[in-house]
Amino acid sequence: MTKKSKKSAVKTRLIVFGCLTILLILLAIFGQFFLPYDPYKQNLSNTKAMPSPAHILGTDRFGRDMFSRVILGARTSILSTLLLVLIIMTVGTAIGLLAAWYGKWVDSLLMRISDLFLAFPGLVFALALAAVLGGGIMNAVIALSFTGWPKYARLARSGALAQKKALYLDAARLSGDSTGKMIFRHILPNIVGPIIVTAILDIGTMLMEIAGLSFLGLGARPPILEWGSMMSESRNLLITAPWVTLSPGLAIVITVAVFNLFGDALRDRLDPSGR
Amino acid sequence: MLACIRIFYIKMKYIGKRLLQLIPILIGITFLSFAMMRIAGSDAVEEMYNVRESAVSEQVIEAKRAELGLDRPFLVQYGSWLIGILHGDMGKSYISGRDVFMTFLSKLRATLLLSVLSLGLTVLISIPLGILAAVRQGRLTDKVLRGLSFLGNAMPGFFTAMVVMEIFGLKLNLLPVISTGVNLKSAILPALTLAISMSAKYLRQVRAAVLEELNKDYIKGLKSRGISDRIILWKNVMRSASLTIITLLALSIGSLLGGTAIIESIFMWDGVGKLAIDAINMRDYPIILAYVMWMAIIFVVVNLVTDIIYHFMDPRIRLGEGEDS
Repeated sequence: MTKKSKKSAVKTRLIVFGCLTILLILLAIFGQFFLPYDPYKQNLSNTKAMPSPAHILGTDRFGRDMFSRVILGARTSILSTLLLVLIIMTVGTAIGLLAAWYGKWVDSLLMRISDLFLAFPGLVFALALAAVLGGGIMNAVIALSFTGWPKYARLARSGALAQKKALYLDAARLSGDSTGKMIFRHILPNIVGPIIVTAILDIGTMLMEIAGLSFLGLGARPPILEWGSMMSESRNLLITAPWVTLSPGLAIVITVAVFNLFGDALRDRLDPSGR
Repeated sequence: MLACIRIFYIKMKYIGKRLLQLIPILIGITFLSFAMMRIAGSDAVEEMYNVRESAVSEQVIEAKRAELGLDRPFLVQYGSWLIGILHGDMGKSYISGRDVFMTFLSKLRATLLLSVLSLGLTVLISIPLGILAAVRQGRLTDKVLRGLSFLGNAMPGFFTAMVVMEIFGLKLNLLPVISTGVNLKSAILPALTLAISMSAKYLRQVRAAVLEELNKDYIKGLKSRGISDRIILWKNVMRSASLTIITLLALSIGSLLGGTAIIESIFMWDGVGKLAIDAINMRDYPIILAYVMWMAIIFVVVNLVTDIIYHFMDPRIRLGEGEDS
């Protein structure tokens, strides 16, 4: 493959997966207005129906349409994940910038704290915190925020340290730019690329972690529909009606795959040598 | 001779220094956990009587609290726990009343078995397939393998577990779906689940490590001297790529020994991950603290061992490098 066609292939991938990503997010926000059935309406004469044209993903043990339930589940699963990633990216980057800019004891203190959180396996910490805060999707987001930020802090710190040595920053300082301007106008735009790519690739992982917490009963709880808790709820239907148990899982797999493909394409575009 | 002793001394000093770092981490982490549990509001006594769903008078609850020492101020509780640890006493479980250390040790056996088994499976799956994908770069085999690895990466553990259960346990009826105790037969399905997730991750990395080595100039040199591809692959490429592979394995041993909470509880595997979840649900503080300490020790030791392996495989990498990153 020539260099040019390779470049345009990356561009095509970026557009295709970018559109799919946007589609997923739109589905999460507006999907609730286009549901074929009421996801909570029971129909006891048509329980555990196999997937059919009328019910694409079949029905559950109360005869509720699985397709509508999975679509409504996207709302909680995807939107809470996006919120989580936004939080850890912003907080982590801010802490990393602070550490790099002020150096000395501020730097060592912040980095030791991030070590402490890294020493904890993410899910276990989140489990403990979720148990402390009680269940609920927002608490799961808060719990995972605590373990998610150090990665971004390290990324932002090392990027900012490299920029801090650059000559153009001396020029900026000499021309009298304020600290804020130097951080936000000069350093941040130069390090934001890898941070965004990391964040997008993190969406899949975080979605699975939120779903995992919910699966253990420490995230979203019924009647709020969320893919992880939906799977956990229908665990014992695996023998009689596997489509009820597996379709929320399939939704997770597809969503994670789309976000990962988009992240990969974006990374290749921003940093073609990084593979 | 003297130089040897000196180098040995420096290395031991380094290892000692690294292990000393454990102390502040352990104190920090246990204090943090203690504080978090304190904020929780509900405690073991409350949870215990909630489960039994019996109407118990306030007096009984208070008496039980006093017995466990839960009525004392926060710092006193933490202090007495810390003093206990220094005497080698990790306390007793609030719920079962058994010795924490012994309880933990007995569950560790199960987690150890599961870890070894799943790590073995992962090595058997990911390394040959990763090498295969690298050697066949860009061809169909490579594309299929990469596709599978991508799919595996997008599957959460509990979904993989369900699929594995559905196929091997229910459809083929080969293996027990729910653990029948700590035995090899019950360990296969959870181990397979873990191995699938890990292999998906490592296949990519093994492939990348092998490819990177294959593209180096010295390989071209060897080829032009007529050395066969097989010898190049096994003698030269694998030697360099093994550094990456060993690091990966060391890191996953760490997360496996922590017990994989979700997988263990799905398969009812009686390991430390399940113990931790149960303890968290019941607010069994002494057990939670034991678990938290175990995780911190694993983290520090695994990092240290990885650094030491690096040093021995490639002595140019000095011990202590990157210590203050």
